[in-house]
Amino acid sequence: MSPVTTDQVIYKTDDLIASDIDAYLNVHQHKSLLRFITCGSVDDGKSTLIGRLLYDSKMIFEDQLAALESDSKRMGTQGQDIDFALLVDGLAAEREQGITIDVAYRFFATEKRKFIVADCPGHEQYTRNMVTGASTADLAVILIDARKGVLVQTRRHSYLVHLLGIRNIVLAVNKMDLINYDQAKYDAIVAEYTAFASSIGISDFTAMPISGFKGDNITERSVHMPYYVGQPLIAHLETVALDNDADQAKPLRMPVQWVNRPNLDFRGFSGQIATGILRPGDAIRVLPSGKTSTIQKIVTLDGELSEAVAGQSVTLCFADEIDCSRGDVIAAADNPPEVSDQFESTIVWMADEALTPGRAYWLKLGTQTVSATVQSPKYTINVNNMEHLAAKTLELNAIGVAEILTDKPIVFEPYANNRVLGGFILIDKISNATVAAGMLHFSLRRAQNVHWQATDIGREAHAALKNQKPKILWFTGLSGSGKSTIANEVEKTLNLLNRHTFLLDGDNIRHGLNKDLGFTETDRIENIRRVGEVAKLMADAGLIVLTAFISPFRAERDMVRAMMPEGEFVEIFVDTPLEVAEARDVKGLYKKARAGQLKNFTGIDSPYEPPENPDIRVNTVEMTPAEAAEHIVRQLMPLK
Amino acid sequence: MTKTLTHLERLEAEAIHIMREVVAEADKPVMLYSVGKDSAVMLHLARKAFYPSPPPFPLLHIDTTWKFKAMYALREKAARDAGMELLVHQNPEAIARGINPFDHGSLHTDMWKTEGLKQALDKYGFDVAFGGARRDEEKSRAKERIFSFRTATHIWDPKNQRPELWNLYNARKAKAESIRVFPISNWTELDIWQYIHLENIEIVPLYFSAPRPTVTRDGMLLMIDDDRFPLKDGEVPVESSIRFRTLGCYPLTGAVVSHAATLPEIIQEMLLTTTSERQGRAIDHDQAASMEKKKQEGYF
Repeated sequence: MSPVTTDQVIYKTDDLIASDIDAYLNVHQHKSLLRFITCGSVDDGKSTLIGRLLYDSKMIFEDQLAALESDSKRMGTQGQDIDFALLVDGLAAEREQGITIDVAYRFFATEKRKFIVADCPGHEQYTRNMVTGASTADLAVILIDARKGVLVQTRRHSYLVHLLGIRNIVLAVNKMDLINYDQAKYDAIVAEYTAFASSIGISDFTAMPISGFKGDNITERSVHMPYYVGQPLIAHLETVALDNDADQAKPLRMPVQWVNRPNLDFRGFSGQIATGILRPGDAIRVLPSGKTSTIQKIVTLDGELSEAVAGQSVTLCFADEIDCSRGDVIAAADNPPEVSDQFESTIVWMADEALTPGRAYWLKLGTQTVSATVQSPKYTINVNNMEHLAAKTLELNAIGVAEILTDKPIVFEPYANNRVLGGFILIDKISNATVAAGMLHFSLRRAQNVHWQATDIGREAHAALKNQKPKILWFTGLSGSGKSTIANEVEKTLNLLNRHTFLLDGDNIRHGLNKDLGFTETDRIENIRRVGEVAKLMADAGLIVLTAFISPFRAERDMVRAMMPEGEFVEIFVDTPLEVAEARDVKGLYKKARAGQLKNFTGIDSPYEPPENPDIRVNTVEMTPAEAAEHIVRQLMPLK
Repeated sequence: MTKTLTHLERLEAEAIHIMREVVAEADKPVMLYSVGKDSAVMLHLARKAFYPSPPPFPLLHIDTTWKFKAMYALREKAARDAGMELLVHQNPEAIARGINPFDHGSLHTDMWKTEGLKQALDKYGFDVAFGGARRDEEKSRAKERIFSFRTATHIWDPKNQRPELWNLYNARKAKAESIRVFPISNWTELDIWQYIHLENIEIVPLYFSAPRPTVTRDGMLLMIDDDRFPLKDGEVPVESSIRFRTLGCYPLTGAVVSHAATLPEIIQEMLLTTTSERQGRAIDHDQAASMEKKKQEGYF
């Protein structure tokens, strides 16, 4: 397959299909691909425009057209005319409501290109959908109703398109037929938009007056608007520069997806090239390890390649046996990307449940998945007027700038340079939902300048001297469940057995180390994070650490578990029903909470997430504290 | 020197990327294989994605016992050529009750395909299943994600789909939940045919025109593939030059009269025809938004 230049003769499709199908196929197989999004509200005529593009490119079959005509009469909004919008409004429930509420993908083709259109809704509450559609687009068509001009939503859409790094923007001033194709009004709209665009950093865009409904300036230049001398929409879409081509000029980056090892003689690294070009003999560097080698061959089912470019999925063999696995990035040896674990980022929150600063989420970037925490946002951005607002968290559809910390260094590039190594998603560790998308801007100096200092006496040496295996015995349960009492009993027994222990008690820690923390969700998470870090240091010193904290959230208990070597974190669920704990009410706290004098009290107005698979469970209704302690110690044996 | 990738090269690279992500992240993936042209493309892409290894998952055919004979013949050969294990599942309850397309209408599809698929996924414990559905086939598909999440009871909730950004796919799930993955979501029917042509992929001969025994019933041109086809009063089989644009259970799949006997002729005919692909399938005409409803219930 060889590339086609735009100078080449383009055959007229219809005639060619009938007269010379082989010639037609030859043209078709050399088409390039452009992905774009359309942004606008229900009333801007967006669905009508897309329907028109499908209709004009003959992507609508007779049976669909027949269904369309009958649907148009039954529920269309265009009287007896064909309502193109009905072509693209997919799901039944939405069709009844007369609105599009999700991202839908449409396809059409012309003689030069195949197009994938992400159809994005314009409602305020669906920022997340537009960001999703924009993430894979080369170009954005921003629709404006010529009767209304630049609206709040126009600004919002433009900002989001710019945020996602789309460089090709078409300002389509639609419904020109309804303002008698008035040039003065059109010019005024373009002038207003130009001022706004430059204020948010959009340096270039292409404006055109159109009518999706009547077909003006869609496939051919409109006779109604001689003042417009640019290309009609389709011609513009057919010739605009592709991101995929621009990516080839950048340094080589290929995230490794999978190691291909059919037998002992073959070891290949599979992935999709994000940027750059590679050839056998090229010097490469594997990140984060920094090991170097050269490309020995590029393997495909169709034979070895002499060259592969950005966008292609390939399998590479190196000349040397160096470590390389999923999550690593193969890069140009003399121009590798950065590695860091602290970043400034812009985050778009996409879940109903708001961001919990400090909580650990999965962060997926390229083929790397790591545990990451988001700090409280520095500010959020009002997408309607671009104002910066102070915020403690990010709610659904909020966009904010915040620091991100990962639990191990990742290979990255600023999003502005590389979408693949700069764009990430956050995944909730419990629900597994994709809760946010984000863009990394730069690494924070702290991470680069703080290095881990290796010491000669390691945790094994500490533990060996004490003749025991370090552990964290993590007691979790409601207030009044008996955690402290039982933990105390366990420590007494361990002490008699000559074990070196230390008990970290919730109330005691809040008198000192954590006295600056309250009981909000964020503070509770920070409380547990600090306790986890202290417990880990003590375990590194060889101790058996007992902790007695309500620790209500699964995510934070799992965070501490993840910090420890396998088997050293023992989750002990002190299982006491709320009624029983409340009836005991040793410290009188439940009474206060019920009276509304104590906010965020676990079990009353703050949730407790019980462990799903605790290592040890004790039922304090059936057991006395001494019996529970005995049960726990028996489960812990042997202790060496 | 920039080498502009063609749309087929980019679609191929995307599909391969998706398949590798699944293999890297899933516990026990499987590829649904229906023997049709989309399945043929899927299988070919899988071979490319993992070459020189064979694709590291089995093929699964949800059999209704009512497929065309030619489909059964190619099924065995294709799996053998790819060096892959072929699993075939037939719903035992549908066998016991003798469910068939002549007497049972939409129950046929529900029992053999929807229930059969759920049974097979549960039986083998597959957590990710590749499917060959395309977004251009039908309106509700246009909004489905490439990684389409299913609950433990195989339910699809169109209002609660995970956002899919860039080429980042979230394959995490709880135990018993599963994901259907559609690597050729962004391909159109024309892309499929063009790719088959370019890559020389073997497909069922029924896609090519040949003289075959037919009857016309309820406006559909049906082929008599075996002696289980009960003729109604007055129906006389007629030999016609026909082919199929889509293949399913033979009593439910409408043929078109055609003389297209080569791939370029098929593509030519497709481009000049005026009815969409799914017109040939009885399943879509049951009720408005029928596919969407079927998918929520667990149909692929």
